[in-house]
Amino acid sequence: MNANGNRKTQLLVLLVVVSNVLGNVSLSHGMQQVGRIVSASPFDYLKAFTNPWTAAGICILAIWMLCDLALLSRADLSFVLPVTASAYVLVALFGRILLHEHISWLRWLGIVLITGGVVLAEETPTRTTKGPPEHLI
Amino acid sequence: MKWLLVAIIAICNTLGDVLNTAGMKRQGEVQDLRPQTLAWMVRRAVVNPYVIAGIAAMAVSFFALLSLLSIANVSFAVPATAASYLLETLLAKYVLGEDVRTRRWAAATLVAAGVVLLQF
Repeated sequence: MNANGNRKTQLLVLLVVVSNVLGNVSLSHGMQQVGRIVSASPFDYLKAFTNPWTAAGICILAIWMLCDLALLSRADLSFVLPVTASAYVLVALFGRILLHEHISWLRWLGIVLITGGVVLAEETPTRTTKGPPEHLI
Repeated sequence: MKWLLVAIIAICNTLGDVLNTAGMKRQGEVQDLRPQTLAWMVRRAVVNPYVIAGIAAMAVSFFALLSLLSIANVSFAVPATAASYLLETLLAKYVLGEDVRTRRWAAATLVAAGVVLLQF
């Protein structure tokens, strides 16, 4: 893939990570306000969607889904998975900076390991296959 | 109940990612993020059986996660999340035919270990 194509893939990685973090933080905040739901019926979840944080989280996660599909059309799953794990690092650092959460040394070690994984995966080509997987057609 | 939800989340998430990757590779690369390009992508995705199955699997995983978040701490889903990084990398290599060598295995392993450590 040429340099311009790689830049587009990296832009998609950034969009996927940011929308994932914002969507999940918003959704998680909303569900904690809504409280306990365990049900097999989707209708019981509709009530939760009236919470503004939950609704915003779901809208952002819909954008995340589109960006993720666009990214998977261009890049390997085994590239996308470790690289988008940088979302975990962002969530931990946001918690530290905005909410002044304590980060134990084991959590710092986790942050370092994930960052290492992201850097290693970034050094591999974004796509190693040509066309669709043949035996799946 | 909690562990059943964790298993559903892990399995459906893995299936969803693999099916979506297979489906999106079939319909061709998205070249830019203009609204008409994204509309074209969505129009093709909604009739793409792999993507339909992949999104259905992710929807199941999503509702299971909502349930889990309402009865347990997020950290409860962590072992399954960590294991799914390795499982998905394995499927990417042998089902999707991706070139997974030492670097990507090391990357997936570091991420899986890091995700576990984040909970302490």
